[in-house]
Amino acid sequence: MNELTTVVDWSRWQFALTAIYHWLFVPLTLGLSFLVAIMESLYLKTKAEKWLAATKFWMRLFGINFAIGVATGIILEFEFGTNWSNYSWFVGDIFGAPLAIEGILAFFMESTFVAVMFFGWNKVSPRFHLASTWLTAIGASISALWILVANAWMQYPVGMEFDPEQMRNVMDNFWALFSGIAVNKFFHAVFSGWALAGVFVVGVSCWFLWKKRNQDFAILSIKSGAWFGLFGLLLTMYTGDGSAVEVTKHQPMKLAAMEGLYHGQEGQGFTAFAILNPDKDWNNDEDEYIFEIAVPRMLSILARHDANAYVPGITDIIEGRDIVNGDTINTVSYQERIERGKAAQAALRAYDAALAQNDTAAMAVAKADLQKDFKYFGYGYFKDVKDAIPPIGVTFWCFRIMCYLGGYFLLFFIVALLLAYKSQLLRKSAWIQWIGMVSVPFMWICSEAGWAVAEVGRQPWTVQDLLPTQAAISDIPASSVIVTFWLFAAVFTLLLIAEVSIMCRQISKESQKNLSPKTV
Amino acid sequence: MSLEFYQAYWWLIVSVLGGILVFLLFVQGGQSMLLNAGSDLRRDLIVNSMGSKWELTFTTLVTFGGAAFASFPLFYSTSFGGAYWLWICILFSFILQAVSYEFRRKKGNLYGTRTYDTFLFINGCVGCILLGVAVSMFFFGGSFTVSRGSLLDGGAPVVSHWDNPSHGFEAIFNWRNLILGVAVLFLARMQAALYMMNNIEDDPDFFASLRAKALINGGIFVVFFLWFLGMLLTTDGYTVLSDSYRTTEVEVTEFKYFHNFCTIWQAGVMLLLGVVLVLYGWFRSVFAKHFTKGIWFTGIGTFLVVVALFCVAGYADTPFYPSLTDPQSSLTIHNASSSEFTLKVMSFVSILVPFVVAYIAYVWYSMDKKKLTPESLEKTDHKY
Repeated sequence: MNELTTVVDWSRWQFALTAIYHWLFVPLTLGLSFLVAIMESLYLKTKAEKWLAATKFWMRLFGINFAIGVATGIILEFEFGTNWSNYSWFVGDIFGAPLAIEGILAFFMESTFVAVMFFGWNKVSPRFHLASTWLTAIGASISALWILVANAWMQYPVGMEFDPEQMRNVMDNFWALFSGIAVNKFFHAVFSGWALAGVFVVGVSCWFLWKKRNQDFAILSIKSGAWFGLFGLLLTMYTGDGSAVEVTKHQPMKLAAMEGLYHGQEGQGFTAFAILNPDKDWNNDEDEYIFEIAVPRMLSILARHDANAYVPGITDIIEGRDIVNGDTINTVSYQERIERGKAAQAALRAYDAALAQNDTAAMAVAKADLQKDFKYFGYGYFKDVKDAIPPIGVTFWCFRIMCYLGGYFLLFFIVALLLAYKSQLLRKSAWIQWIGMVSVPFMWICSEAGWAVAEVGRQPWTVQDLLPTQAAISDIPASSVIVTFWLFAAVFTLLLIAEVSIMCRQISKESQKNLSPKTV
Repeated sequence: MSLEFYQAYWWLIVSVLGGILVFLLFVQGGQSMLLNAGSDLRRDLIVNSMGSKWELTFTTLVTFGGAAFASFPLFYSTSFGGAYWLWICILFSFILQAVSYEFRRKKGNLYGTRTYDTFLFINGCVGCILLGVAVSMFFFGGSFTVSRGSLLDGGAPVVSHWDNPSHGFEAIFNWRNLILGVAVLFLARMQAALYMMNNIEDDPDFFASLRAKALINGGIFVVFFLWFLGMLLTTDGYTVLSDSYRTTEVEVTEFKYFHNFCTIWQAGVMLLLGVVLVLYGWFRSVFAKHFTKGIWFTGIGTFLVVVALFCVAGYADTPFYPSLTDPQSSLTIHNASSSEFTLKVMSFVSILVPFVVAYIAYVWYSMDKKKLTPESLEKTDHKY
C-alpha cells in the first residue's frame, strides 16, 4: 500500500471514528432537549410538582450527555482542515459558509442558554428559565440544520460554479443549498433524535419499574417518552421516504448499493432479506444473492413512488443504462465519465498554462472545454470504473439494520403506550421491563446504521462526482494520522465508558430520591 | 460594495472573534490555577465560577474556526492541514476540557476528580500557550508553499504543502512564538484572578490570594508582552506588491509592523488604549483596597489589543500568514479569501452579531448578578 492510499484510508477512518462517536451523543441531545422543554412548559402551566421532578431528572442526564457531544463536535469541524485540507480549499467557498453561520446563529444560542438552563433555577425568573430551555433545544436543532445542509451539499453539490482562475468552486446561489436532499436529511436526522430520546426515556423508566422505585414517576416518563418518540419515529419514516426518492434521483449508485442490486428492472422488488454473493462483481455473471426474500415491486414504490418504475442496478449505472417512462435512455457510462473527467482536467491544465502566458484566446478555449466536461471532473482521478463503486456489504446491511430496527421501534412505542395506560401490567411484568431496558442500545445501533448508509453509500466521493476522497486529503504523513487515530480512539472510548458509568450512577442515585410527589 | 471591502470586513470579523476569544481565555487561566487552589472548597469555587462560562470560550473558538474557514479557506487548509500537530494538540486539550466540568464530581466518573482537574489544568496551560503560538504565526510565519496546480497531480493532489517535516511541532518550539504563548497564558491567569474577584464572595483571605495571583501573573504577563511587542515592532515583514488569487508578489520590509501601526493609526490608538486599560485594571485591582471591576477594564483592553494586532497582521498590504520557505506563497486577505458572493452572503448574517452579543451580555448580567458564595454553591442543583 503506498503512502497516498494509506493517508486516505487512515484519514477516512479517523473521520468515521469521530463522526460515529459524535453521533452517539448528538441525537440524545436533539431529542432530550425538546422533551425537557415540553416537561418544563407543563410544569409552568400546571404547577404540578411531578413535571418539575421530571424536568430536573431528565435535564441532569441531558447535561452529562451534552458535554461529551460538544467535545467530539469540535474535532469534526477542525478535521476538515487538518485531514481534508484540499477539500477545504476546493469547496471551502461553499462549505465553510454554513459552518460559520452555524457558529454565529446556533452555537452561541446553545452555549449561552444552556448555562441558564443548568445554573439559572435560582438566579432568573421561571419564565426566563423556560425560555432558556427552549432556546437551548432550538439552538441545538439550528446547529444540526446548518451542518446537515453542508453535508447534503456534499452529496448533491448545487449552487456553485468552478472558477478555473482560482482552481476551486465558488458559490453562486446560497438558497440552492436548501435542496430536497438537505431538507429531508435535516428532518430525518432531527426526528430520529426525538425517537432515540423516546426510547432512552422509556428504557430508563423501565429500570425504575424493575427496581420498584418511583413507579408513578416512571409511568409518567414512559407516557411522555413514548408519545414523543412515536411522533418522532413516524416523522423519521416519512422523511426517510423523502430521502429515498432524493437518493434515487441524485445518487443512484448509493441506492443500488443499499440494495446490493446489479441488474435493475421495472417493478423492482425490495430485498427484505438476502445473503449477498461475495463473488459478485459488476461485470461478471454471478448471482447477486445466495439467498433472497423480496417484496415484489416494493423498491420501485419506495424509490420512485411508482410500482412499475425502473430502478437501475450497479452494472446498469456503470454501463449508462436507465429507463424513464418506459423509454430506455442512455445515461453516461462510467468509462466515458472517466474519460471526460480526464478531459476536464486536461482542459484545466491548458487553462493554467494559458493563464501563465496571459493568452486570453487560449484561456477562453480551455475554459469552454472545461465547462463541457466539468460535471465529471472527479472521475478523472479514477483509473478504473470499479473505483467508483461504494462498499456494497456495509451499505446493504446497515440499511437493513436501520429498517428492521425502525420497524421494531414503531411497535415498541405503540406497545409502550398501551401498557403505560394499563400500567398494572407494566408495573408487574419484569420481562416487559427487561425488553424496555434491553431495547435502548438497539436504538443507537439503528441511528448509527442510518448514518453509515448515508456516508458509506456515497463513497468514494467527498463531493459527489467532483472530488473523490483521494484528492481531498492533507499533505501529512500517514504515520501522523495513524497516531492521532489511535489517540482519539483511546480518548473517546475512555470518555464514553466514563459517561455511561456516570449516567448509570446518576440514574441509580436519582431513583433513590422521592421523584413522585403526591401530586402525581 | 467591492470584493476588497468584503475581504477587509471579514478580516475585521475574524479579528473581533479573536479579541473576544483571548478575553474569554480567562476561563483557561482559572483552570490553570486548580492544582494549587489551596483547599477543596476554593477549588470548587474556582471550577464553578469558570464553569458557567466555559462554553462561551469553547463556542467562540469554534466560531473563530468556522469564520476563518468560510472567509479565508486557503488559510484554513494551509494552516490546519500543514501545522497538523499544533492544531491537534489544541483540539485535544479542548476535548479534555469539554467533559471535565460535567464529569469531575459525578459519582462513577471512573478516573477520579483529580484526573478531571488535571485535564482542566492541561487545557488551561496548553490551550493558552498553543493558541498564542498559532496567533504568533500570523507575524512570524510558517514553512509552507501553495501551488494550486497540484490539484491536477494524480500522485499528490494537494494544493498546500507544509515544508517542515515536524508538521507544527517546529512552530510550537519556536521561541518567538512561545513568547506570545506564555504572555497569553499569564494574561489569562491574571484575568481569571480578576474575574473571580468580581464573581466570588468568600472570606477576605481568598480575595487577598486572588489579588496576589493577579499581581504576580500580571507582572509576568507584562514582561512577556513587552518582549513580544518589542520583537514585533523591530522585526522584518513582507509587503505585498501585487496580489490576486493566483499570483502574489511580496518584498521584505524592515520594521514592517511598526510601519503598519503608523499607517493604520486606528490600530495604533487601539493598542495604546488597550494597554492603558489593561494596566489600569490590573493596577487598581492589585493596589486599591477592594476593587472588583478590574476584569472589565482588562477585558476591554485585551480585546482592543488583540484586534489591533490582527489589523496590523492583515491590513496595509501585509500577508497575514507569511511563508518562510516561499514568500510568494504567503497568504493575504485577498489571495486566501472566499469569493465575493460568499463573503456578501455571510455579511448579511453578520448583521446579527450585535444581537448575539446583546443576549450574551444580558444572560451574563442575569447570571452574575448574585455572586458565587460557598453557601450558594452548596444550595445549587447543578454544580461542577
